[in-house]
Amino acid sequence: MSYVAHDESAFAPPAEVEEVELYHAKTWVGKYVWSQDAKVIAIQYAMTAIGIGLVALVLSWLMRLQLGYPNTFSFINPSNYLQFVTMHGMIMVIYLLTALFLGGFGNYLIPLMVGARDMVFPYVNMVSYWVYLFAVLLLVASFFVTGGPTGAGWTLYPPQAISHGTPGASWGIILMLVSLAFFIIGFTMGGLNYVVTVLQARTRGMTMMRLPLTVWGIFMATVLALLAFPALFVSAIMMILDLTLGTSFFMPALVSMGKLSEHTGGNPLLFQHLFWFFGHPEVYIVALPAFGIVSDLLSVHARKNIFGYRMMVWAILAIGALSFVVWAHHMYVSGMNPYFGFFFATTTLIIAVPTAIKVYNWVLTLWRGNIHLTVPMLFAIGFIFTFINGGLTGLFLGNATVSVPLSDTMFVVAHFHMVMAIAPIMVVFGAIYHWYPKITGRMLNDTLGKFHFWVTFVGSYCIYYPMHYLGMMGVPRRYYAISGTDFIPASAHFVNEWITIAALVVGVVQLVFLYNLISSYFKGKPSGSNPWNATTLEWQTPDTPPKHGNFGAALPVVYRWAYDYSVPGAVEDFIPQNVPPREVAGRNTSKT
Amino acid sequence: MSIFHDLTVKPWLTAQGTVELRDKAAARKLALKVFLAIVTVLFMLLVVAYARRMAYEDWRPSPQLGLLWANTFALVLSSVALQWALFSARRGQTDGMRVAFLAGGAFTVVFLVGQILAWRQLGTMAYFDVTNPAIAFFYLITGLHGLHLLGGLVAWGRTFTKVWGDFDLAKIRNSVELCTLYWHYLLGVWLVLFGLLFSGNNLDILLKLCGIK
Repeated sequence: MSYVAHDESAFAPPAEVEEVELYHAKTWVGKYVWSQDAKVIAIQYAMTAIGIGLVALVLSWLMRLQLGYPNTFSFINPSNYLQFVTMHGMIMVIYLLTALFLGGFGNYLIPLMVGARDMVFPYVNMVSYWVYLFAVLLLVASFFVTGGPTGAGWTLYPPQAISHGTPGASWGIILMLVSLAFFIIGFTMGGLNYVVTVLQARTRGMTMMRLPLTVWGIFMATVLALLAFPALFVSAIMMILDLTLGTSFFMPALVSMGKLSEHTGGNPLLFQHLFWFFGHPEVYIVALPAFGIVSDLLSVHARKNIFGYRMMVWAILAIGALSFVVWAHHMYVSGMNPYFGFFFATTTLIIAVPTAIKVYNWVLTLWRGNIHLTVPMLFAIGFIFTFINGGLTGLFLGNATVSVPLSDTMFVVAHFHMVMAIAPIMVVFGAIYHWYPKITGRMLNDTLGKFHFWVTFVGSYCIYYPMHYLGMMGVPRRYYAISGTDFIPASAHFVNEWITIAALVVGVVQLVFLYNLISSYFKGKPSGSNPWNATTLEWQTPDTPPKHGNFGAALPVVYRWAYDYSVPGAVEDFIPQNVPPREVAGRNTSKT
Repeated sequence: MSIFHDLTVKPWLTAQGTVELRDKAAARKLALKVFLAIVTVLFMLLVVAYARRMAYEDWRPSPQLGLLWANTFALVLSSVALQWALFSARRGQTDGMRVAFLAGGAFTVVFLVGQILAWRQLGTMAYFDVTNPAIAFFYLITGLHGLHLLGGLVAWGRTFTKVWGDFDLAKIRNSVELCTLYWHYLLGVWLVLFGLLFSGNNLDILLKLCGIK
């Protein structure tokens, strides 16, 4: 099907400037290794992120083996256990989810969805990936240095992180901090590209309010990341200086083994503030792209326009702004002034308002929609359930008075895994099932996909529902083994065994997903250019997978928003963004 | 069109579709502005961290170095020179632009050398104690500011190599404009940092006003 772009300047006024010339690589290495094409960079980002994510998955198995079957495995000692906890957390949050959502989906989808040929600065975009890869390699290197990786917990709190006795307090922590600094430098290069491309390189007719919510989510998350990562960058540099040059930014005077340390007068709380000034927006850096993508998945697979588009955009903006004034709710037990606690509890609960608006709008999008229970849709619905569950326990933890007794218990672990691990990963899976046909030209196997969904979804609940109860009993997190704690009943141990078995099963099922990804690439059913009958521009490319430059000879012209599904009077149940109004009328007359 | 108007249009009505497309020069300028926003956060966090640490009773301010006044003067001169280069580029006076642009870079190098001398001066003083947060902050803050200027000098150098021989004046004007913006901005940042580092214990009222002390 091809659409002729009529000059209807009321809907899409003429472009003011000429197209920017693209860089065309001449060699195979230039095209696929040192590539400046955002789509190739996206796949490089995604494969690296998934690769390092699998390492973190194995680390979680090792943790669970210890918790489910303590004193059984000789290769897990208390130091190892803390190292597994730390590396699992840091890899999953930063090196997998942030990199995959922004570097992976951002690179692939932004230029295609806004109707651009590529990112605005392709060379910088390429460098961004290679710096990210270098950061990942530095992180991996920490597994092989003397003392192993850091075991300070993913929050890396000083003085513990750089004090003797903490696993990896010499090389491990240095490699972690340097790796983070490089990650941030690499991300900043990519992030500048995403922001400028969305603001400057949209095609004719693509106004900000015609952008698909996926682009809005990734755009706002990038803005957050650009403004939040400097806090982590500064704190990483300051901690490196404390460790290597003996400065005292964070390190107070300590007496260790009867000896006074060389540090004087540092402020460990300063690190906590800096870390969480980054750390809380980080939650939304992961969540906002998921919010955006899931909005599009629901709309496409329910054949209905998104409910409350403008409200969804405003909610994304409000969440982004509010996420910078809630950070100290991670520090209720740090001895802060109760008035601060009150302030941060209030802002935290206010953020529930725009978030709830989004949840209502997702549910109302499904309401009386023509719901197709495809694999992406199953994952999208799975996300809604999981996000609501995780969000509700957030109300407990956001309240200072309720949060204090629950601090450092398994309840917190269950909460944040529901809300920012399982919920976003559901969206990652849904998005991969949704866009895989565009990326490869082939469909993923549906049966394997449904099997993958159900085991992952039900399995995740088997892991995290019981974990809330463990937390309410007072079972602490980050403990290698528990003994002499009469308040924890013996049954808690059986729960731990159950969780471990569920975690192993869910982990193994991801191999089915990987098998599906690989086998479908070679043997999957050809997808055609628009298998889901979607309206957004990435599905309207002349080639699938899209070639370098994305849109062939002429860029598309956009005449409408991204959600014209089941429009009354239209023949088909979707009208792509680049179909002019006159042509819709023409198609109606010719087909009736 | 205002942001508020953009965010309140009804996208489901097909007739509302104006979009302002811009050229590569505008994209570069926007990228620089976004980058400056990131740099603002970086230095803002350092300033807040420094101010919070000042509020503690055991605060020992770093000694005041007279050399920093001279360095500040050099940085002001570099900013003025670049502004002159921009004026010249806008008027098409290529010779004037070249001289002023060169002077801008040269004064920046003078500033950076001056900062290193200040580092060495402080290092040899009796006050020097690496565990004193004021001293450590001094090195950290001046170091990060210097690194940003060094990065700017890379962009300056790339532009500088292009202003000899044949060149497209419009493109060079864009590059000079970006350099000038960056330099003015880093001068502004430096003035704030200079004020902070030179304040000794004299910021009590400001700290109280900000609720830090």
